[in-house]
Amino acid sequence: MEVFIQQVINGITIGSLYGLIAIGYTMVFGIIGMVNFAHGDVFMVSAFFALIFFLALTAWLGIASITITLLIVMVISMVLTGLLSWAIERIAYSPLRGSFRLAPLISAIGMSIVLSNFVQVAQGPRNKPIPPMVRETFTLWENNGYAVTISLKQVIIMAVTAVLLVAFWYMVQKTALGRAQRACEQDRKMAGLLGINVDRTISLTFVIGAALAAVAGTLYLMYYGVVHFADGFTPGVKAFTAAVLGGIGSLPGAVLGGLLIGLIETLWGQYVSADYQNVAAFSILVIVLIFMPQGLLGRPEVEKV
Amino acid sequence: MSAVAKEPLLAVKGVKTYYGNIIALKGVDVNVNEGEIVTLIGANGAGKSTLMMTIFGQPRAREGQITFQGQDITKMPPHEIARLRIAQSPEGRRIFPRMTVLENLQMGASLDNLKYFDEDAEKMFTLFPRLKERLHQRGGTLSGGEQQMLAIARALMARPKLLMLDEPSLGLAPLIVKQIFEAIRNLNKTQGLTVFLVEQNAFHALKLAHRGYVMVNGVVTMSGSGRELLENPEVRAAYLEGGAH
Repeated sequence: MEVFIQQVINGITIGSLYGLIAIGYTMVFGIIGMVNFAHGDVFMVSAFFALIFFLALTAWLGIASITITLLIVMVISMVLTGLLSWAIERIAYSPLRGSFRLAPLISAIGMSIVLSNFVQVAQGPRNKPIPPMVRETFTLWENNGYAVTISLKQVIIMAVTAVLLVAFWYMVQKTALGRAQRACEQDRKMAGLLGINVDRTISLTFVIGAALAAVAGTLYLMYYGVVHFADGFTPGVKAFTAAVLGGIGSLPGAVLGGLLIGLIETLWGQYVSADYQNVAAFSILVIVLIFMPQGLLGRPEVEKV
Repeated sequence: MSAVAKEPLLAVKGVKTYYGNIIALKGVDVNVNEGEIVTLIGANGAGKSTLMMTIFGQPRAREGQITFQGQDITKMPPHEIARLRIAQSPEGRRIFPRMTVLENLQMGASLDNLKYFDEDAEKMFTLFPRLKERLHQRGGTLSGGEQQMLAIARALMARPKLLMLDEPSLGLAPLIVKQIFEAIRNLNKTQGLTVFLVEQNAFHALKLAHRGYVMVNGVVTMSGSGRELLENPEVRAAYLEGGAH
């Protein structure tokens, strides 16, 4: 029992990160019907932004407070990653709008390769470590010598994710920008007729998705303490799996899918085989696509016209 | 006395529109003056809705010119055209299906950032009380008639200088059609709202409008005052006989 609960805590932690990344996939898919395959690498680049600014802030400027450092690093990474994603959309996707459906997809795969190779060249092919930021661990309870623990890192990840999701939900449901995004998602042409700048709304969607991925990237760096140029791929595909599992295009679905993928892979790793963790996660992608292509919270394709 | 006042609010000059290689509008000239109700009638596929969308640049006119208040809007992006206060209730209504009635109305008022929302929404509820009853229902769950009301109300929420309505009578019960046309007449009379109305329901449209155009196969074949067209034997034969009671 204790082992199970411990793994649930670990699963929710990693699932929160997948959920944050998955929102970027699902939002972009919702608004322009494209899977942004570069999103995982955008996440990886955001972790490098966080790494660089974390080292800079602690080493050169000597800021001691971890909370403040983490906050500053996160905000900087969000801004830079947002800008990067905006540029990617302008350069690689926006000119292809109205082209055949596969064109932006291929362009996205190209962007993904560009980003990971650029980081490989610029930052080197090795793991980049940072000194551990947060060390505290709390014991929740003990039984038969097994202690269920939750680290402060995990608490931070869950708390930041929860706060961000609430803020993000409010943005989508209640603000003019959120309304414009949903309008563009449902009928782009009509949104234009009502004075909505559709191109700008799409750009902002990319920026917001990237900013959330940057939060995930910063937290990922804090959690694991290392980042590597190829780290965009696996979390990226898992977050994509999460978006598909939850129902691509659905925001609550992305979060739910992220948590489920996190839980499934940790529990699988504990009880079945740690070596086959990724196989478990990706088998879900295959199974969902075959038997439930609309996902858990997605809506069926048919719609009353 | 100013020369500018003579200029039509909306002027469409020699506009040609294509879908791929197929020509849909073969050089259309239409003028709408300030304070007028102008109707465009014609059979299915004549190009009426294409003209409405071409005015908004979707699709873009390949030849010719469209001006609004003297400003060339032929190549403007749609959202900037909307910002000049041209509002459209388009063909097919295009209600946002997964947004509530309230949110659909809010979308209509997005030009002013909801500044006059409460005040204007009240007016819409007076005009279409049904919308108030359905306020928190999703647009996609409304009946065709309710969606039509919502589409018109959404267009009016933009406080337009020119209101373009594409077949507002489509799918509506005769009583509601009467009510909507009455509302248009009132808005025109009391607020001087300029209306450009596309209709298949030629009888009602011509009775309502100051002037009308008849479109056949992508060209305007006739124009005149609403009364003239109503009395024109050709128009009667093609669009009115059997339809008007």
